[in-house]
Amino acid sequence: MKVHEIRELLNAKLYVGEGLLDKEIIGAYASDLMSDVLASNYLDEKAVLVSGLNNVQLIRTAEMLDLSVIVLVRGKTPHPEVVEMARENGIALMTTTLNMYNSCGILYAQGVKGFSNERAD
Amino acid sequence: MRELIKRYVFQVQANDFDNAGAASSTIKRNLKTIAINPSIVRKVAVASYEAEINIIIHSNGGEMVLEIYEDMISIKANDKGPGIQDVDLAMSEGFSTASNAARELGFGAGMGLPNIKKYSDNFKITSNEKGTRLTIDIMIE
Ligand SMILES: Nc1ncnc2c1ncn2[C@@H]1O[C@H](COP(=O)(O)OP(=O)(O)OP(=O)(O)O)[C@@H](O)[C@H]1O
Ligand SMILES: [Mg+2]
Repeated sequence: MKVHEIRELLNAKLYVGEGLLDKEIIGAYASDLMSDVLASNYLDEKAVLVSGLNNVQLIRTAEMLDLSVIVLVRGKTPHPEVVEMARENGIALMTTTLNMYNSCGILYAQGVKGFSNERAD
Repeated sequence: MRELIKRYVFQVQANDFDNAGAASSTIKRNLKTIAINPSIVRKVAVASYEAEINIIIHSNGGEMVLEIYEDMISIKANDKGPGIQDVDLAMSEGFSTASNAARELGFGAGMGLPNIKKYSDNFKITSNEKGTRLTIDIMIE
């Protein structure tokens, strides 16, 4: 699935990362706890990270894992320093008013499977 | 003896939430400039980040050292205490004493030390009230 399809499905607002809209995504991971995200062996730049954590640690975590797409859920407006850090790291950041469960449900129903300790593909 | 190619030291302050992850970000950028497989760089970055956050949220401050060898990357995370009471317990998945401030940052799953161990080829931890010392070695294929 392309990043722009994720944006459309979740009716999300893109804050930064226009250049990544055509990027292909093959899996997802969702958590508010960054060490849970960091525990997943196979997250990589083809994954979308879904989270409710609105602070710079969300971007730092994505940076460490080479993730390039983040969806912030529950209608949170990202803090300016979060947007700036996403920009510096070439990460696309979008927000949706949907909650975590519904966001994941919609993506899953469209074929975006979860990363765990095995590859999604 | 392995030949040390480069060594960098980063100071990490206790409770410095604003800069949490800055050292690991610099470590990652340094490693990206040398030709190392991105999956190796990622392992080092994740382990380093977890160790750095632990110094910030659990310790009185300390330092991170990055050592680059021809065939290995080594990260050392050394802090000034107060130490870990029961290291075996701390190493178990899900054990956490993280404060509310740390939880607000997105930490406190009790997965940091297990993650570090998982991503290391050689991992050592020693701890007493004077400090906790981690050695994280990751081989460059
Ligand atoms: N440098 C340290 N100094 C003192 N105590 C530590 C240190 N590192 C870890 N600990 C102790 O070990 C516990 C487990 O650490 P670990 O990194 O696995 O989990 P966490 O930091 O609590 O949560 P997470 O890393 O998942 O966000 C901590 O809650 C803390 O009690
Ligand atoms: Mg930790």
